[in-house]
Amino acid sequence: MTDAATLYGLCGAALVGIGLYGLIVQAPLLRKILAFNLIGSGVFLLLGAIAERAAPGRGDPVPHALIITGIVVALSATALAVALLLRLAGATGRSTLSPEPPPPAPGERNGG
Amino acid sequence: MPWVVMAVALPFAGMLLALPLGRHAHRLAWAVLPSGLAVSVLLVVQVWRGGETVAYAIGGFAPPLGIALRADGLSALLVLTTALVVCATGLFALAEFRPPSAEREARASVLFWPLLFALWGALNAAFLGGDLFNLYVALELLTLAAVPLVSLEGKPETFAAALRYLLFALLGSVLYLVGVALLYGAYGTLDIALLAGAARSEPAAWAAGALMTAGLLAKTALFPLHLWLPPAHAGAPAAASAVLSGLVVKASFYLLVRLWFDALPAVAHPEAATLLAALGTAAILFGSVLALRQERLKLAVAYSTMAQLGYLFLMFPLTGGPTEAQPWSAGAWNGGILHAISHAFAKSAMFLAAGLILEAVGHDRIAGLGGIGRALPMTVFAFGLAGLSLMGLPPSGGFIAKWLLVTTALASGQWWWAVPMLAGGLLAAGYVFRVLNPALAGADEPVALRRPVPRRRQAIPLVLALLSVLLGLLPLGPYRLLWVGRPTAAEEGLG
Repeated sequence: MTDAATLYGLCGAALVGIGLYGLIVQAPLLRKILAFNLIGSGVFLLLGAIAERAAPGRGDPVPHALIITGIVVALSATALAVALLLRLAGATGRSTLSPEPPPPAPGERNGG
Repeated sequence: MPWVVMAVALPFAGMLLALPLGRHAHRLAWAVLPSGLAVSVLLVVQVWRGGETVAYAIGGFAPPLGIALRADGLSALLVLTTALVVCATGLFALAEFRPPSAEREARASVLFWPLLFALWGALNAAFLGGDLFNLYVALELLTLAAVPLVSLEGKPETFAAALRYLLFALLGSVLYLVGVALLYGAYGTLDIALLAGAARSEPAAWAAGALMTAGLLAKTALFPLHLWLPPAHAGAPAAASAVLSGLVVKASFYLLVRLWFDALPAVAHPEAATLLAALGTAAILFGSVLALRQERLKLAVAYSTMAQLGYLFLMFPLTGGPTEAQPWSAGAWNGGILHAISHAFAKSAMFLAAGLILEAVGHDRIAGLGGIGRALPMTVFAFGLAGLSLMGLPPSGGFIAKWLLVTTALASGQWWWAVPMLAGGLLAAGYVFRVLNPALAGADEPVALRRPVPRRRQAIPLVLALLSVLLGLLPLGPYRLLWVGRPTAAEEGLG
């Protein structure tokens, strides 16, 4: 039987993994940005688990402060990325980094 | 006065003031640039006079609860370098980013100044931060200030370059953050000085170190994570390229040095240092060859940045070692830092010179620059002087830096690291002379200038290039300063 903190930590690790996979594999930039946010959420879960392990029941406030700061940073970075993506799409009409649009995967509409 | 705090607070205050000032933000430069430079000089004097690390606990809360700002010799020198490069770039940009300007988006002239000040504040925060999470925030601020600079001119291709830069930087910082979380989980502190005492060689610290290193490498654009750098640095306006290439990539390298030499020397392993240096070697050779093959001047200069960054990573295996093997125990440490500083001056000079050429001629195709030396003698001279430092020819800062690194490699019996350094110098000569040769040789028809460039602007890259050369003429000054608060790992080596 694992305790809640370990479970949260493992979930965080899984989210980081899924996000990393998406960031590398997905071509559409919006998906890359979402994947980055997934990694961020994974790290925040991890920090939450660390807070719980450091002071069971009460929670260590330092990782909580790190999470809040991290969320603010991730939000600003996401806003900047989306703004750049909008300008890119407006100027060139594409939503990926490569000049040619990638072949659509089966069962998938134009991403992004 | 706590100059450590002022060095961080002043540029950010400038940024906050610049936003409401809007179109008049460029006037603020006359106040922020000189006062920021003065604060940096005072900080260096304070560290030099005191002879020990200057520490300041923000709000009077001592670590581990509070956050410390620390300035040792290395931080102070980098803060001063940053101030000099930012001031020169700011003066250069005054002619460019000042509304109303017919050729540029009005937005660019309004946004440039708050971004430049934010970049300056973030750099100082990164150089002075004493807490790993605080450094994460500084790195993110740096990214958020640097990325918009890339696409400031609103050209479509620069949006793609900026986005690629942003994605690499975000991946890098999130990997760094995972490492921070693991370190906090294992040791309960993020203060660098306290971590140094607590960290042991164990799986949590290995994982944290590896993740943070990978993240910082992505931000430093070390081969093979360099893909974002050339389009971003070459596409940005000249003034932005100068600070991006000269300073911003150095901040993440500096963090890497702090991480391994100050926070986790007990965790470091010689094999890891070898891996970093091997990647650095690949960057030197690969980047130099690519720089040789570029047709556009700004791209060649950007690839040269990738190559020159490679030298920095040779510091890791070369630093320290048994004292009988090398008479100058911290030679590689001094050499690496000096290389970072002289490259900051040389590369910003080169980008500003390339920007002036682009502005005057209307293009930057190397093949079309025959005889430009006659039209823009000061600019081409500045380019050549900066090239001197990149090649590592005496007398220049680049020469002393590479000489220290090469002699350390030979003295410590690791001669194989000297080979790529010397080859890189030859290749650098190749890509610098590829530009200088047609520029200085009289073409049948000297290139026609689209518009004249005032001498005042031409003088700015020249001053920066001269600084990179002068660094080689007064080498003893920086060394004494570098010794202040130098980590013991700098003398004893890693692992």
